Amino acid sequence: MEIKKTALAGTLESSDVQIMVSQGTNGLEFDLVSDVAKQFGEQIQATIEDVFAAYDIHNAVIKVVDQGALDPVIKSRAITVCQRALDQVDQPRWEVL
Amino acid sequence: MKNKVQREIPDEILSQYHDGGFQSVDFGHPTIQRVAPKVLAQTGPSKVVDSIQQVVRDTVRDGMTISFHHHFREGDFVFNMVMREIIDAGYQNLSLAPSSLTNVMNDIVVEAIEKGVVTNITSSGMRGTLGDAISHGALKNPVIFRSHGNRARAIESGEIQIDVAFLGVPNADEMGNANGMDGETAFGSLGYALMDARYADKLVLITDDLKPYPNIPASIQQTEVDYVVKVDKVGDPDKIGSGATRFTKDPKEMQIAKMVNEVIAHSPYFQDGFSFQTGSGGAALAVTRFLRQSMIEKQIKASFALGGITKPTVDLLKEGLVAKIMDVQDFDKGAAFSMRESPNQQEIDASWYADPANKGAMVDKLDVAILSALEIDIDFNVNVMSGSDGVIRGAIGGHQDAATAKLTIISAPLVRGRIATVVPAVTTVITPGDSIDVLVTEIGIAINPKRQDLKEALAKVPGLPIYSIEDLQKRAENLVGRPKPLAFKDRVVALAEYRDGTLIDVIKEVQD
Amino acid sequence: MVASERLRRTMMFVPGNNPGLIKDAGIFGADSIMFDLEDAVSLAEKDAARYLVYEALSRFDYGDAELVVRINGLDTPFYQNDIKAMVKAGIDVIRLPKTESAEMVQELENLVASAEQEFGREVGSTHLMAAIESAKGVVNANEIAAASDRMIGIALSAEDYTTDMKTHRYPDGQELLYARNVILHAARAAGIAAFDTVFTNLDDEEGFIRETKLIHQLGFDGKSVINPRQIPLVNQVYQPSQKEIINAQNVIMAIQAAQQKGSGVIAINGQMVDRPVVLRAERVMALAKTNHLVDQEGNNIEE
Repeated sequence: MEIKKTALAGTLESSDVQIMVSQGTNGLEFDLVSDVAKQFGEQIQATIEDVFAAYDIHNAVIKVVDQGALDPVIKSRAITVCQRALDQVDQPRWEVL
Repeated sequence: MKNKVQREIPDEILSQYHDGGFQSVDFGHPTIQRVAPKVLAQTGPSKVVDSIQQVVRDTVRDGMTISFHHHFREGDFVFNMVMREIIDAGYQNLSLAPSSLTNVMNDIVVEAIEKGVVTNITSSGMRGTLGDAISHGALKNPVIFRSHGNRARAIESGEIQIDVAFLGVPNADEMGNANGMDGETAFGSLGYALMDARYADKLVLITDDLKPYPNIPASIQQTEVDYVVKVDKVGDPDKIGSGATRFTKDPKEMQIAKMVNEVIAHSPYFQDGFSFQTGSGGAALAVTRFLRQSMIEKQIKASFALGGITKPTVDLLKEGLVAKIMDVQDFDKGAAFSMRESPNQQEIDASWYADPANKGAMVDKLDVAILSALEIDIDFNVNVMSGSDGVIRGAIGGHQDAATAKLTIISAPLVRGRIATVVPAVTTVITPGDSIDVLVTEIGIAINPKRQDLKEALAKVPGLPIYSIEDLQKRAENLVGRPKPLAFKDRVVALAEYRDGTLIDVIKEVQD
Repeated sequence: MVASERLRRTMMFVPGNNPGLIKDAGIFGADSIMFDLEDAVSLAEKDAARYLVYEALSRFDYGDAELVVRINGLDTPFYQNDIKAMVKAGIDVIRLPKTESAEMVQELENLVASAEQEFGREVGSTHLMAAIESAKGVVNANEIAAASDRMIGIALSAEDYTTDMKTHRYPDGQELLYARNVILHAARAAGIAAFDTVFTNLDDEEGFIRETKLIHQLGFDGKSVINPRQIPLVNQVYQPSQKEIINAQNVIMAIQAAQQKGSGVIAINGQMVDRPVVLRAERVMALAKTNHLVDQEGNNIEE
């Protein structure tokens, strides 16, 4: 699937993660900022990648600002940003949840 | 070699180290020979000199050990004034031996290290840019971290031999009689600085408030002082301690504080005449408030409160719920000012407070200690020194010392953000699990299996869920996931001593 | 009827788009936790909150608490997707805001039932409750409370209600007296729970306790709370007295004695014990247990 528009989900509050997605051409390009990047950077990226794969998005620029979010929070923000970027906010993909 | 808390201490470090690896929390009864300072006799009429520059020129030589205290905390001007002169004068190879290092001191220490002015450091702890620099190998020789009690011990034994102590004070007279409780920058107890005053070869007082002679009460006496320097300002009163005491409104902290109180109130130590140490921080203040309620309900009074003192503890003294406060430092203005007024708030030095190599310290008589943790592991070992990324950002403070209390409670959330507090193995062991009795988290408590008696006493307490520490660790891991193990280089950047001077752990250079 | 005897002293409101509050919601001992997709979430974040609450319900441990979600109203574009997502997540109770008629509950029930089928959940396993927030809702409280077998409770929502009534909230609560009593009667007649409204001034502890005592006296199951700090205060009000516990223990012992004798007649000191007395005794013992005034077997705890 192609990114239809640049989209943002999540906040910069503690325990949250903000994910910004825009069009890309070179696979999933990550830019991750997190105080726990050393310990959890790969897991954060993997969680987001799984959601993007479920939405069949293979090219995107993904900016992540993590504030110590737990995995379910990251997954929910990734789902939200995908729905928004694909312009499908009103048509949830139930199989991805 | 692995020490008794299963920490690998490199042999080349151990072989140079006088006291060996950590063995036991039991200090035993060794005979100790203390040292005494050199004294250059003088009769006055005044020790006042014009400038720090002049005093530094008169006293400091390459390779010396210089010391400071941290009672001004983040409001300290003295450390930066003195270090500026020392760096600008071009001294080399100094050892820095302050009671602790606060953030306001970081930048100039980093500069001193870069210029070769400081080549050795011992401290209770460090944070921020300095901790980061040390963890990345900025200093050639490993930093030595010591608890407040251990610093007192090391000064008395001569392991820390202070050539010149630069002590900022809120007041002093022309001969050096001084205290910490009067004046605009009053911080209360001079507890940690009193060690430097008694054992330094040269003692320099720096003050912005010269009082008529003789200035009393004299916590530091003129018999110990070589120079008095008058400056414009020794500190920023607003940053020395927190102003008004604010109780936490964080529901999670309240939850923990409530459970800490339940543990204390149902322990066999909660009897008339018990003693306690609570420390600072929002949760500790909340504990004091809950404890007050329990003391009133059960008509129990404490014989003394110990350690770092806050306003809520002073309020207990005024209410008659606490008979005496034994005060080594004051965290807020309320506690600092009350020392001046209350004959039952006794200033104590770090040796009296917590030194094991002693004819009896206050902590030996302590019933209940409430302490914090960055990490605690399934052996109850506690880390208050290195962050989850392996970088130094903490201080031992009185942690190891107060943990020798009969009931030592660690109060900590199960997780902070995505970082687990309860872990399989702590990054750095500071306080051995042998001296920890109960862990209190927001979801419940864990009791050290060595304390079957406490297990029985607390099993019946309503609303106090008891878990094994392994269960708590797993619950934390289920929430945050399993972190990628930290990568360290081989080089040791800091040594953590136990309070008896043995090595409890080493901290290695982080790999980024 | 779902005549569950579960304690519902506190229903804690948790904003549906706040990860920090959502992850810790289970640690404060609330009897029910209500995740809010409606008023606490801005229009632009309705989708985000829905997925966040979905993931939280699927992955976080909330212990024994009853889990409730306040969905967006049926006049909003979010209504149907909220229902589907929450049914899929396995929520215990869906709370419908601004309920004014039995038909609204029935429409919700139909959508819930088809969502249960779509996502393979046992049909009938999702319970419902209705919030009454208007004069019309109060007038129709009886039919709303009895609108569905899935209903477990109705709640008064005083902010919207007082606006509708052209008044506002007062410290003495006179303006809510009629609504409270109507809702309470509707709930009791239908055999479901009655929840009182929130008290928003967090700093007025005294006022909160005063209002909680009032609704306890009226007979409400419990109160809606907006901060964990209010939970112990409610529990304190709902805590039975020592005398009530002793009475209840006597009744329970009399029941046991009757059972042992194989007798259907329960008696204390020769006096027959009526069924309402038995029910009250059981409720007192449940409250005493959860307040740790007696142990799980109903025996006194030794200090």
